[in-house]
Amino acid sequence: MRNAFADEVTKLGAEDRRVVLLSGDIGNKLFDKFKDNAEGRFFNCGVAEANMMGVAAGMALNGLRPVVYTITPFTTTRCFEQIRVDACYHGAPVIIVGTGSGLSYAELGPTHHSLEDLAILRTLPGMTVLAPCDEVELRALLRGALQLDGPAYMRIGKKGEPILHAKGTALRIGKAVTLREGSDLCLIGAGTILSEVMKAADLLARDGVRARVESFHTVKPLDGECLAELFGRYPLVAVVEEHGLIGGLGGSIAEWRARQDGRLARMLCFGATDSFLHEIGSQDYARRHYGIDGATIASRVRAALRPV
Amino acid sequence: MAVEPARLPIAELDRLARTARARIIENSHRTETPHLGSCLSCVDILVAAYFHTLRLDTADAKNPDRDRFILSKGHGAPALFQVLAMRGFYPLSLLDDYGQDGSLFAEHPPTPDHLPGIEAATGSLGHGLPMGLGMALAGRINGRKYNTVVLSSDGECNEGVMWEAAMLAPSQSVERLCVVVDFNRWQATGRSEEIMALAPLAEKWRAFGWTTYETDGHDLAGLVRMLSALPDPSGKPTAIIAHTVKGKGVSFMEDDNNWHYRIPKAEEVAAAKKELGVTA
Repeated sequence: MRNAFADEVTKLGAEDRRVVLLSGDIGNKLFDKFKDNAEGRFFNCGVAEANMMGVAAGMALNGLRPVVYTITPFTTTRCFEQIRVDACYHGAPVIIVGTGSGLSYAELGPTHHSLEDLAILRTLPGMTVLAPCDEVELRALLRGALQLDGPAYMRIGKKGEPILHAKGTALRIGKAVTLREGSDLCLIGAGTILSEVMKAADLLARDGVRARVESFHTVKPLDGECLAELFGRYPLVAVVEEHGLIGGLGGSIAEWRARQDGRLARMLCFGATDSFLHEIGSQDYARRHYGIDGATIASRVRAALRPV
Repeated sequence: MAVEPARLPIAELDRLARTARARIIENSHRTETPHLGSCLSCVDILVAAYFHTLRLDTADAKNPDRDRFILSKGHGAPALFQVLAMRGFYPLSLLDDYGQDGSLFAEHPPTPDHLPGIEAATGSLGHGLPMGLGMALAGRINGRKYNTVVLSSDGECNEGVMWEAAMLAPSQSVERLCVVVDFNRWQATGRSEEIMALAPLAEKWRAFGWTTYETDGHDLAGLVRMLSALPDPSGKPTAIIAHTVKGKGVSFMEDDNNWHYRIPKAEEVAAAKKELGVTA
């Protein structure tokens, strides 16, 4: 995903002279092509994320389209004040990219995990919140974000994530997209965790349970039209995210659900419990720890579908 | 389309500074707006910049070639609001509803979309210099020769992000960026030097790679000379450490930190205006 981001931002930098790339002292080699193609528009801002965000906002208010890139906690929680005041309050079109999101950097420990970013970023007025599941979504959403008038945040994975979409799938910000059709229940996900959701759908299929899988790559603004269809049509909607259970995609959909009238599907949420992960392990280990791996999703869904 | 500096003579700047001070004090009394001491300490810097050096276009406040000025010590907004009106960005009568419900004018600058002449909505300290650095870099990328001036304070130098910006700017050789530190030796609750070890402040900026000047921050001629030296020929950003007096211009307010929050009474307004030699 990281490489796809570097490739796409390089293309955008060549196409659009307003595009500027700011990095918090990471991915230097990754952006060599960008530097060649967009001379004078790459800035290694050092390990100083608060300043980097302010610089980006100042650029965005003066005709540029800055893309700010570093590891997720450092480009979100570390400089939340600057995102809030410099980018959002000013309505500055800054694109904030967090790499290694969720538990991608499980081995690095909780300082490098991001299980709060969707929740806090979506509280900010005017902020668009994006979580692509693969490089197809990443490329399309990055291009889409460049067309917005205000700030956008995109959390991406690391490298080697499976591609879930067919190339050329039509994608646009704010519109959920179906990854698999199914008639028995719906699984909703955002971001790279959708590969686990697809595994869960496979496991359920073995038992004859047909799960629809929907990618909610846009966490804000939520696709209310799609939610209305899903919650009206299926008996159960399960929301899966590599993020805390508080305030992320599940929380956001629960808020939406509370505003609706009429009979709605039951809702099941999968995400990280209210805890830091003190044990070291791989991303797969960390996902199992929080019960957001394919097997756990499938088994909890099966139990929820069983008649009481 | 033209951006022009006002380049008024020093005597005229002095008259405008006294008028601005009187207006700020009257407004504080009328609207119960605090931070009077902080406003009075930076009036001369604002007047030197707006009425002499900055190249501006009041008819087209967002003219892309304009010099950028950010009041990073956002609580000095009551001073900035008066100076922008006096400079002609909007009529003085726009200030009539100051502090009323629904007004644009209160304690901190609104966003540039809401008031002509504003470059950044500040109030939370430490935001102006990074944003100003971004503006200066944008000018370079866009091939425009504007200067960016950021007005900060000794209190604001408490913020770590100031020093992040102070390190990045010289590495990018941003010669069209200038920070002016309104060094009035007070912050909200005490002497700035006692709260955080600021000294030696000028040497700090110099050591960070900035062309650094020190001046009496009420010496209009000195301020004009330093602001006119932009862009710095050595390719470094510029820091002006302006030694000021909090509450400057009114004997009973000078260097008395009670005026960080105190609101003047009617008789104090009259006495202040008398000292300033402002009758209207």
